[in-house]
Amino acid sequence: MEGVERLFERMVREHQHRVFAVGFALTGNRHDAEEVAQDTFLRAYRALATYPPERIRDLKQRPWLHRIAVNVVRNRARGAKPRTAELNGSESDNALGPESRALQRAEMDELACRLAGLPPRYREAVVLRHVHEMSYEEVAEALDQPVGTVKSNVHRGLKLLRGGDHDRVDD
Amino acid sequence: MTALMTDLKRLSSMRAPDGFAERVLIEVGMADSYARFGTVLGNVYVAWNRFGVSAAARSASAAEFEDWFGQDVGRPLVAAEPPADLAEKIADELNGKRTMRFDLRGLTEFEQAVLRKTYQIPRGEVRPYGWVAREIRRPAAVRAVGTALANNPIPYFIPCHRVVRTDGEIGNYGGGGPEAKKAILTMEGVRVNRLQELARAGVRYQGVKTTKIFCYPTCHTGRHALEKNIVWLHDEASARAAGFRPCKVCRPAAVA
Repeated sequence: MEGVERLFERMVREHQHRVFAVGFALTGNRHDAEEVAQDTFLRAYRALATYPPERIRDLKQRPWLHRIAVNVVRNRARGAKPRTAELNGSESDNALGPESRALQRAEMDELACRLAGLPPRYREAVVLRHVHEMSYEEVAEALDQPVGTVKSNVHRGLKLLRGGDHDRVDD
Repeated sequence: MTALMTDLKRLSSMRAPDGFAERVLIEVGMADSYARFGTVLGNVYVAWNRFGVSAAARSASAAEFEDWFGQDVGRPLVAAEPPADLAEKIADELNGKRTMRFDLRGLTEFEQAVLRKTYQIPRGEVRPYGWVAREIRRPAAVRAVGTALANNPIPYFIPCHRVVRTDGEIGNYGGGGPEAKKAILTMEGVRVNRLQELARAGVRYQGVKTTKIFCYPTCHTGRHALEKNIVWLHDEASARAAGFRPCKVCRPAAVA
């Protein structure tokens, strides 16, 4: 058990920013992103406690955590609509690097907002493929979908994003 | 098109807020929080996690408490705002009301048994080390009981100060030495000097003639006996020989 705890602590420290970024791109705001990231790690912790040692040893942590994060967002979406407001959020500005913080922050929030406006199936595909630059095969595995479906969802998602706010499609 | 791709990629450079990893570790119980509380015992640093209170000490500073916790418990520790009800629970607990949950992970089963048994000793009363050993069915492990209590990570709340030597010596105390132990017991209403005199005179139990029951001298059930009905007893055998049976509350001897 001691080994799993150490492993988990390293996993949190190593992947916290990436998991937070997935949450941000999928939910469109920092508050939900933090909740998603926290839930993701809690689920990971509970899962690790039940896994046999071989499974833990062979675990590919990055895709595994991505997959959990996507599921956390999906489950939340069932309960409530994503909140996409909070363009002048009040929390700390440390979410960004120090350089040109204000401008970048506004741009990031705006883009995340637009992403959050996409129907979930396009949003997930675009986020994993183009925000986190996973291969189509990795995305397919993380989303549990055929590669062809992922490709077409990415394509349509990008098209919607380029179309700007006027063409926003509701799910 | 490439601009969009570049923008999307930049989203991946988001960083989790400060303290995020620690908050996750706290959430699963792998890290503890702590704060300083003003109590009847003065300032006490208390650490807690989702399983309960995990440590307490009257450290001189936060740094000293963190050092001690690091050596004694070894989990990451973060200063934090305490949960709304913790201050009240701390006050209750020091007043003899038992409302607190404890996290004893990391201690051996024996140590946990010693601490749980010690937790049952009421405020205003004391028990010998040998009583704890007998009650947890390890009657020969009296010294080990002493060691376990000396390493109690949650003194004051798990009242190791209520376990004393039978020869009238007050015994060691991890929470600040024998003087501190005496002071806390006095505050709790134990007449320490009288207790020490009795012990030095070889008295172990108080018998009450009218009920034919013998107790530890501090047992609350014997507290209201009239002076003329009290007999001082030196050991279990003579108590039983004189027709007394052990009290079922303070359990000075195995109840037949």
